[in-house]
Amino acid sequence: MDFLTILQELAGGMLTTIRIFILTLVFSLPLGLIISFGRMSKNVIIRTLIKVYISIMRGTPLMLQLIVVYFGPYYIFGMTISSNYRGTAVIIAFALNYAAYFAEIYRSGIESMPRGQYEAAKVLGYNKLQTFFIIIMPQVVKRILPSVTNEVITLVKDTSLAFSIAYAEMFTQAKALAASAHNIIPLIAAGLFYYVFNAIVAYLMEQVENSMKYYE
Amino acid sequence: MNILEMKHVKKAFGETGVLKDISLDVREGDVVSIIGPSGSGKSTLLRCATYLETMDDGSIEYIGNDTVQPFGLVFQNFNLFPHFSVLRNIVDAPIRVQKRSKDEVYREARELLLKMGLSDKEDAYPCELSGGQKQRVSIARALAMNPKILFFDEPTSALDPELTLEILKVIRELAEEKMTMVIVTHEMAFARDVSNRIIFMENGYIVEDGTPEEVFTSENARTKEFLGKYHYILE
Ligand SMILES: Nc1ncnc2c1ncn2[C@@H]1O[C@H](COP(=O)(O)OP(=O)(O)OP(=O)(O)O)[C@@H](O)[C@H]1O
Ligand SMILES: [Mg+2]
Repeated sequence: MDFLTILQELAGGMLTTIRIFILTLVFSLPLGLIISFGRMSKNVIIRTLIKVYISIMRGTPLMLQLIVVYFGPYYIFGMTISSNYRGTAVIIAFALNYAAYFAEIYRSGIESMPRGQYEAAKVLGYNKLQTFFIIIMPQVVKRILPSVTNEVITLVKDTSLAFSIAYAEMFTQAKALAASAHNIIPLIAAGLFYYVFNAIVAYLMEQVENSMKYYE
Repeated sequence: MNILEMKHVKKAFGETGVLKDISLDVREGDVVSIIGPSGSGKSTLLRCATYLETMDDGSIEYIGNDTVQPFGLVFQNFNLFPHFSVLRNIVDAPIRVQKRSKDEVYREARELLLKMGLSDKEDAYPCELSGGQKQRVSIARALAMNPKILFFDEPTSALDPELTLEILKVIRELAEEKMTMVIVTHEMAFARDVSNRIIFMENGYIVEDGTPEEVFTSENARTKEFLGKYHYILE
């Protein structure tokens, strides 16, 4: 089995991994912002619920959450699980989990903004939405970018956890291929794939960070 | 003609009253300096007048006002928007909030920068400016909204003496143009020279309100004691 054949065999898994990665970010980045608002809410009930939610998401293994999201409908409601649901379950579990991490990052960024920025905006007549999206958020993004980068890089590797519900992403396929071919090359190829993927992600995030270096 | 009428304004933080009963009218063209010891409520007064703080009692009215925001406020520590260029700091609110035409706003902003001696800085970011330059941008930002009255809360306290003079000169020019201003300051000589009215606050009350001459020669014991500390400057 030559390397090229292996790569071809793994190509589908690679695309699936990239898909998990992108969809997770697409859903969790905005969801995290909404959750961070809940976390900072003046309403005690909302704030407490969100706090509990975040602590569960951060305090239990993502793999466990994945399994609960996938098998939950069956165990709790006795529903039959279609295999189509597998991919959806992965995205739901990942998005919910990453949103919790992003929420805490957003919150720390938002709370670190000096009050004077809000006051200057208010005196100039900006409304609350304008103040948040035009004055506050762009500065928050710059501040939190390094932390977001960390999470995004962790996500690249975490996608392999979809293996735990036998979702045919990169890692699941590489392991199956290695087992059937009695060959370690598929696993090495998988490692290489994650490494290169991460290098690209890190490079892109660095570009974004650099694009915000024009001010302090 | 009065621009601002504050009547019996009271404000407390928890148990401690900070503004106890403040009534103050500001007429068009007035340059009012507010002086007084630390903690007397000067900033709180400005913050109530600019709605940054809600008062507990009393009323604040901007007479004949047809705009949402008839005032501007210049902060001690500038509070420029660091992610905006100098020019954007000045034009963004007039365009976005007041919905004025871009051409007009940019033209006025450039005139303001010229007046502030900052024409070469329009593309700079606040982090590239000195404190005095930052404060001049923040004054330009406030003026670009065409306020009827401009408040300053210790505009020179974060600056060293040389930069302080730079800002005082700008305020003096505004006074000559009959801009209505209320200035909280510890620069006694400046207050005496530039204002037509001085207010001495202590402990949440207005103790004196008069011409510089009246206040600086007042026989009131509290006023005398406070001004006594500045005698080396005023002589
Ligand atoms: N947000 C707040 N919460 C609680 N207390 C406050 C708050 N803002 C001001 N104070 C208190 O109110 C009092 C008056 O404060 P203020 O800032 O108005 O004084 P000031 O005359 O501007 O003093 P300074 O010359 O030091 O600037 C002070 O005792 C201050 O501690
Ligand atoms: Mg003050």
